[in-house]
Amino acid sequence: MSAGLAAPALSLPLLLALVSAALWSVAGLLGGGLEPRRSGPRLFAALAVGAGTVGLVGAGAAFVAGGRAVPSGAGLVGLDALSALFLVPISLTGGAVALFGLGSWHDGERTGPGRRLRLALGLTVAALVLVVLARHALVFLVAWEVMALGAFFLVGTEEDRPGTRRAAWIYLASAHLAFLALAGLFALLRATAGSFRLEPLAAGIAATPAGTLLFWLALVGFGLKAGLFPLHVWLPPAHAAAPSHVSALLSGVVIKIGIYGLVRVLSLVPDPPAWWGGTVLAVGAVSALTGVLSALGQHDLKRLLAYHSVENVGIIALGVGLGTLGRTRGETAWVLLGLSGGLLHVVNHGLFKPLLFLSAGNVVHATGTREIDRLGGLARRMPGTALAFSAGAVAICGLPPLNGFVSEWLVYLGLVSTVLGRRVPDAALAALAAAALALVGGLAVACFVKAFGAVFLGEARTDDGREARDGGALLLAPMAILGAACLLVGLGPALLAGPLGRAVSVAAGPSAAALGPLAAVAPLRTLGAVAWAIAGSLALAAFLGLRARSGFLRDLRRPAGDGDAAASTPAVTWDCGYAAPTPRMQYTSSSFAATLVRTFRGVLFPRHHRPDLTGGAVPEPGRLFPAPATFSSHVPDAVLDVVLEPAFAGVARVAARLRAIQSGRAQTYLLYVFVTLVVLLLTL
Amino acid sequence: MLDTLVQTLLHALVLALVPPLLPGIVNKTKAVFAGRTGPPVLQLYYDLAKLAEKGIVLSRTTTWVFWAGPLAGVVTALLAGLLVPLGTHRAPISFPGDFVLFAYLLALGRFFTAAAALDTGSAFEGMGAAREVSFSPLAEPALFFGFLAAARVSGSLSLSGLLTGAWTSGWFASGGALLLVLAAWFVVLLAETCRIPFDDPNTHLELTMIHEVMVLDHGGPLLGLVLYGSSVKLFVLGALVVRLALPVPSGGPLPAWLLFGAGMAALAIGIGVVESVMARLRLVRVPQLLVTACLLSALGTVLVMR
Repeated sequence: MSAGLAAPALSLPLLLALVSAALWSVAGLLGGGLEPRRSGPRLFAALAVGAGTVGLVGAGAAFVAGGRAVPSGAGLVGLDALSALFLVPISLTGGAVALFGLGSWHDGERTGPGRRLRLALGLTVAALVLVVLARHALVFLVAWEVMALGAFFLVGTEEDRPGTRRAAWIYLASAHLAFLALAGLFALLRATAGSFRLEPLAAGIAATPAGTLLFWLALVGFGLKAGLFPLHVWLPPAHAAAPSHVSALLSGVVIKIGIYGLVRVLSLVPDPPAWWGGTVLAVGAVSALTGVLSALGQHDLKRLLAYHSVENVGIIALGVGLGTLGRTRGETAWVLLGLSGGLLHVVNHGLFKPLLFLSAGNVVHATGTREIDRLGGLARRMPGTALAFSAGAVAICGLPPLNGFVSEWLVYLGLVSTVLGRRVPDAALAALAAAALALVGGLAVACFVKAFGAVFLGEARTDDGREARDGGALLLAPMAILGAACLLVGLGPALLAGPLGRAVSVAAGPSAAALGPLAAVAPLRTLGAVAWAIAGSLALAAFLGLRARSGFLRDLRRPAGDGDAAASTPAVTWDCGYAAPTPRMQYTSSSFAATLVRTFRGVLFPRHHRPDLTGGAVPEPGRLFPAPATFSSHVPDAVLDVVLEPAFAGVARVAARLRAIQSGRAQTYLLYVFVTLVVLLLTL
Repeated sequence: MLDTLVQTLLHALVLALVPPLLPGIVNKTKAVFAGRTGPPVLQLYYDLAKLAEKGIVLSRTTTWVFWAGPLAGVVTALLAGLLVPLGTHRAPISFPGDFVLFAYLLALGRFFTAAAALDTGSAFEGMGAAREVSFSPLAEPALFFGFLAAARVSGSLSLSGLLTGAWTSGWFASGGALLLVLAAWFVVLLAETCRIPFDDPNTHLELTMIHEVMVLDHGGPLLGLVLYGSSVKLFVLGALVVRLALPVPSGGPLPAWLLFGAGMAALAIGIGVVESVMARLRLVRVPQLLVTACLLSALGTVLVMR
């Protein structure tokens, strides 16, 4: 540590980031320590919002300061543009989530779960901040483990509900598998580079077997946290089981830390081989496709959103892989477009996914169910939540003029630049990835039309949503903040070119000097102007529509019979003349997705539980009507339910056979010893 | 500068006013094939004028989303039309990667059209919305592979550049590949605008329709917007196909616009011929045809990568 003592004093941005982490932990300790009636929840939310604000200011200050290599205290922590970029969603989403939690979580009689929730939430976000600041392997691993354990307690908050303990258990198992890989990774880094510091490695390491091992350990360790297919198994159950604002944090921020780690480690390697970038790109494309396809088959609103995280992490990995490939090939345009697209998608997904989870949380809060097929027609009871969900849906589908389009467009632009390049294998890979991304975009639209339509539109399918209301300002304000941020990024992408370019130049590693500005390869200013035009046209159309609508409504109030045809008449849905439609006749989310699920049954393994029409359901002789029968279908997880569970069940069966020799009687064990001795004497 | 302004104005006027003509030509062609007189070519204009004066019957189930469907459909189709070069070399809006915006604008329109259908709570309209959003994703890769092939041939990243470049350098060097793309895009055009063999715009059996069944509950001016929006979509996607197939003649804007107009008319007649000589596919066959289009388009991309 003697070298650390000589290091320069803490810079202001780093100091702010550390203060933010400290505030988060204080918030957690007070929020967990104080009884709810002694204003623990309110104190927690206030401190959390303060910590988020400080973190945002720190990130902004880091960008203003240049953000390449801000000197760090004792070499243990540091804040560069890449860390600052991840600090933005951590702080913004963390604050919004804490605020939402104050409105949505009610402690009730048993205060234990709520206090544990606040403690774990504060410590997890503090650890998240520390992970992106860490410049030393041990700091990184300790912060990582605190985050992983904190998230375990967050997932298990409502442990008395069915499925929650199992979800938390699966999460804990994969978190520790990830930790194992990362411990190996950093031990290997120490062995090859001779230091626990996260510093650039010597050239040539990537081509050695150690380099190959390094890559796979990083991909598995960080991929498990990020939820890349097929390592995503913990993600859907954990997101479904956790309280909604925790799901928002998990999906918006925690899984992004996996991406951060991958990008950080790749940036340390000066000369990544071509297959590294190609592998990350291919894994990303596969993740995006399987994620959106699995989401299509879900009936649980939060599980559906969780699978979309797998999709979006795939899109991010696609961009990161393309950037890494560009570094190998010396193509600055691929590096700039791929990495900036991937990193911007990290920020964007950190905005619209929490927005979706919070609005889903509001739905669950108001109706008491996550089952899409029990809901319907909530847009009239919860207009604010419906608007927030539709904005999030448009953004996550990558539709203009919101933020998702900007990052997906950057990734597309990078892929097309690759298609135009001279190397045919790269061009072919990029063409396949671009087509896959186009398919993913179309399927995402299908999935979100399904989710939005089945939950918010039409008629209520059951009585669950009868008393549903939007909730107070504490619930709506965080959604408004996140939605406004989505619109802001969509309309002003050129504002982000500077910070994004700085983060990319850190992520592109030591050889990033000659990258040039992002604006040179991506006309973000033009894109912003076009986004304004799109938003303006849509707003104008909405205004004209509202005018027309209010005009019609005024006409309606006029006394009948004055001969004016331009009146709008409320009526029952026409439905081809059927006079008595019931809510049960509506398309459900399952029937909506049936065509696509059937088309892709080769990867989805849909399971149907059909009534036995040949046996009991057919009326017996002398009876007029068949017996009541039920039908259900679901799409299981293609890895957890189709591969892992049967495999583990097989292992358990074999192990159960072995238990026969463990009788627990001392005489039997003495017999074993005796037989072994005899055998040994005879054979030796 | 003035020339650009005039061209942009002309582009906007053509885009706004001409599209309802296309369904008229298609229907006239079908009438000729069937030996009927058929409705006038300008029938859709008459229909729009009539619908604009009518009242609206709104289902009690619906919300603002019901209005957003037709409005977003028209706005997104018109905006997408500003990205495609019509008679001239350049579209009013042109920047690298604008073809992504083109595809995603149409997807935005689809999102709200399908959501508006679900807003009525009707079983039929849910069915139509499900079909619309299930078949369109399968058409997207065909569209994108085509963009990639044309981009590689022309070396340009903008729609204006890659459609114009197909003629200056593409058709002579890699005609076979572009022919495959053209075939795939024609299939995409038929699928996205819900023509035979994917959908029958004339049918009145709700169970077999895609687009028409989504808008069963829209009436009066809203139905007018829906009809106008789908004609603009037909025009814009048609312009994409025509501009890939036809060059921009030198010698000023007049021959260019004339050739474009002739191309569009020929395309409309071609659609009419397809609709007259083919039957609608069974719905389960629709994905197969779309996957075939994707493969054709992918093959075109492979061919230009040699």
